[in-house]
Amino acid sequence: MEQNKKTLIIGVIGADVHAVGNQILYHAFTEAGFNVVNLGVMVSQEEFINAAIETNADAIVVSSLYGQGELDCRGLREKCDEAGLEGILLYVGGNIVIGKQPFEEVEKRFKAMGFDRSFPPGTPPEVDIEYLKKDLHVED
Amino acid sequence: MKPVLLIDFGSTYTKVTAADVDAPRLLGTANSYTTIETDINDGLADALEKLERQTGKLDFAARYACSSAAGGLRMLASGLVPELTAEAAKTASLGAGAKVLKTYAFQLNEDDADEIKAIDPDIFLLCGGTDGGNTACIIHNAEVLREIGGDYPIILAGNRNAARTCSRILEGREVHVTENVMPAFGTLNIEPTQQVIREVFLNRIIEAKGLSKASELISGIMMPTPSAVMAAIKLLAEGTETQKGIGDLVAVDVGGATTDVYSVAEGLPDDPRTALRGLPEPYIKRTVEGDIGMRYSIHGIVDAAGLKKTAQIAGLTEERLSEIVERFAAHTDLLPYDDETQRADEALASMAIRVAVTRHAGRLSEIFGLGGLQLIQTGKNLKNVDQFIVTGGSLIHTEHTGRIASYGFYDAEDPGSLKPQNCTVLVDRSYIIAAMGLLSQYYPDAALTILKEELKKDDRTE
Ligand code: B12
Repeated sequence: MEQNKKTLIIGVIGADVHAVGNQILYHAFTEAGFNVVNLGVMVSQEEFINAAIETNADAIVVSSLYGQGELDCRGLREKCDEAGLEGILLYVGGNIVIGKQPFEEVEKRFKAMGFDRSFPPGTPPEVDIEYLKKDLHVED
Repeated sequence: MKPVLLIDFGSTYTKVTAADVDAPRLLGTANSYTTIETDINDGLADALEKLERQTGKLDFAARYACSSAAGGLRMLASGLVPELTAEAAKTASLGAGAKVLKTYAFQLNEDDADEIKAIDPDIFLLCGGTDGGNTACIIHNAEVLREIGGDYPIILAGNRNAARTCSRILEGREVHVTENVMPAFGTLNIEPTQQVIREVFLNRIIEAKGLSKASELISGIMMPTPSAVMAAIKLLAEGTETQKGIGDLVAVDVGGATTDVYSVAEGLPDDPRTALRGLPEPYIKRTVEGDIGMRYSIHGIVDAAGLKKTAQIAGLTEERLSEIVERFAAHTDLLPYDDETQRADEALASMAIRVAVTRHAGRLSEIFGLGGLQLIQTGKNLKNVDQFIVTGGSLIHTEHTGRIASYGFYDAEDPGSLKPQNCTVLVDRSYIIAAMGLLSQYYPDAALTILKEELKKDDRTE
C-alpha cells in the first residue's frame, strides 16, 4: 500500500448482490491512483466501518443498486462518529432509491443522513473520481 | 531397536513416552507429578523409572520434550478492531501454542494497564492497523506498555509504518519486530509472528520458567505442548512423502481447565454461490475455550449448555447434578467413583465437546433478500470432515467415547453450525498425540505409523 495515496473503502451495501458495477468502480478508482479496499457485495455497515478503521481510510464509497439504499444507509454516519471516524467522507451512488424520483429530493434526504455526496443512476465513474479528488485534495 | 524418549512437562503431570523409531511402535508410557517448584528432573526421573519398569532398561538415542508447565506460554495480545487485527493477533498466538489470557482491542486504557501489569505475561503481542493504515492505536498502546514497565518480550506485528516509532517508544525493552498479522485488509499473515513466538519461547521462556535445568538431559527442541499437538494432527492429516495421511480432521482435547479444538481443513463453502464473510481462516486452526473444562472450568460447561439439558443427558435430577458439579469443582483431582458421578462426568464431557466444537466451527446464515435466498458463511465449514479425534481423561477412560464425541457433530437442531457430519471417531487411548508431535520433528514417518496404529477407532460404543 503506497503511503501518499488516499485510501477508499468501496462495497455494495445491505443484501444487494449486483456485482458488476462494483468491479468497474474498483478498477476505475485504482487506475485513478487511489488505494482501494473492495469489500464486494452484501456489505454491512459494520464491515465498512471496521475496514475504514484498520486502513485509516479517507473515504467510504457506498453502492446500492437494488432500491433499498435508503434503509441500508440509515445510521451509517452516526456509527462512523461512534467509531472515531468523525468527518470521514461518505459517498453513495448506484440506483439508491426505488423507481424514478426527482433526484434533488433524494440528494437532500441522503445529505440529511450524513452523506457528503450522492449520485443519480448512471453517473459514470469519472464524475465520481473528479469529486473524490476535489474533496480529498488530490492534485493531478 | 532405536528407542527415543518423548517428554511432556505438563502443569500437573510429567508424561513420558518411549517409541522405537527403527521398527516404529510405541514401547510404553508412564507419568509422575511435575516437580517444577523443586527440580523438574525429579518428576522426570520418577516417570522414567516407572516407564523402564514396563519396558526394561532403554538406551535412548534421543530425548525430546515439550512443556505446558508453569502456566504454559502465557500471552496477551492486542489489535485495533476486535473482528480484524485483534482477532488475527489471537489466532496467531493460539496457533503458536500459547495460552492467550486476554485479547485487547482499540486503545488500552488505565484499567487494561493495571490488568496487564497484574497478569505479567510471558510475551505481549502488539498489533493493529493494516500496512499504511491506522498508526494511532498501536503507538498509543506501545506508550501504555512502556508506562507499565516489566521485562517480558514484546512482539510488534502491526502496521509497518508504525514499527519504528513503536520500537523507539519501547527502547530498552526486548522488542521483536516482524511482519504485520494483517498486512492488507482481509489478509491473514500469521506465520512470521508464530516463528518469532517459537524463537522467543526457545531462547527465553524455557530459561525463565526453570525448565532449562531439564534441557541438559534433553537432546532436542522444546516447544509448548499445544504446538506439539498441532504438529501431530497436521502430520496425521497430511501424511509424509512416503505415507498417506488420513485427510481433513477435527481433534478435541477436553482438559480440566480448558477445551482445545483443532481443525485441519480449508473449510470453504459447499456451494460456490455462498458468500464468505469475516477474516480468512487458517488451514490449521486451534481454538481454546477457557471457560470449558471438566474440573477447574466445570461451571462454565453448565453455564453454556444449561443445567437442565446437561441433567437430562446424564439422566440425573438437576439437584443431583449440581451437587456432583460442586464436588468436582472443589476436588479437581476427583475421578468418577460411582454410576451417578460417571454419568455426570460423561454428560459434562458431551456438553463440553458440543459447546467447544460449535464455537470452533463456522456458521451458515440465510438472508431472504429481494432476490430470494442468499447464504453467508463465516468461519470454517467442517461439514465434510470425516475424522474426529478425541483425547482427554474424561474421554479416554470411558466406554462411551463415541457417544460423547457425537455431541460435536452436525446437529439438526442447529443446522447453521457447520460441524462435521458422518465422522469416524478415533480415540487417543494411550494419550500419545503430543509425544508424536515431538517425534514428528525428527522422525515423521515413525510418528505417523505410530499415530495410525495407536489412535483406535472407537469400537467400544454402547
Ligand atoms: C444484472 C442485474 C441483476 C442480476 C445481478 C447479477 C450480479 N451478481 O451482478 C440479478 C439477476 C441477480 C439481479 C437481481 C435483482 N435485481 Co437487478 N439488475 C441487473 C441489471 C440488469 C444490470 C446491473 C448491472 O450489472 N449493470 C451494469 C453496471 C456496470 O452498472 P451499475 O450496476 O449500475 O453500476 C454503475 C453505476 O450505477 C455507478 N455506481 C454504482 N455505485 C456507485 C456509487 C457511487 C458513489 C457512484 C458515483 C456511482 C456508482 O457506477 C457503476 C459502474 O459504472 C440492472 C438493470 C440495469 N440495466 O442497470 C437490474 C436492476 C439493478 N435490478 C433491479 C432489481 C429490482 C433487482 C431485484 C430486486 C429483482 C428481483 N425482484 O429479484 C434483484 C435484487 C437481488 C439482490 N439481492 O441484490 C432494479 C433496481 C431498481 C431500483 N433500484 O429502483 C434494476 C435497476 C432493474 C430495473 N430497472 O428494475 N439483478
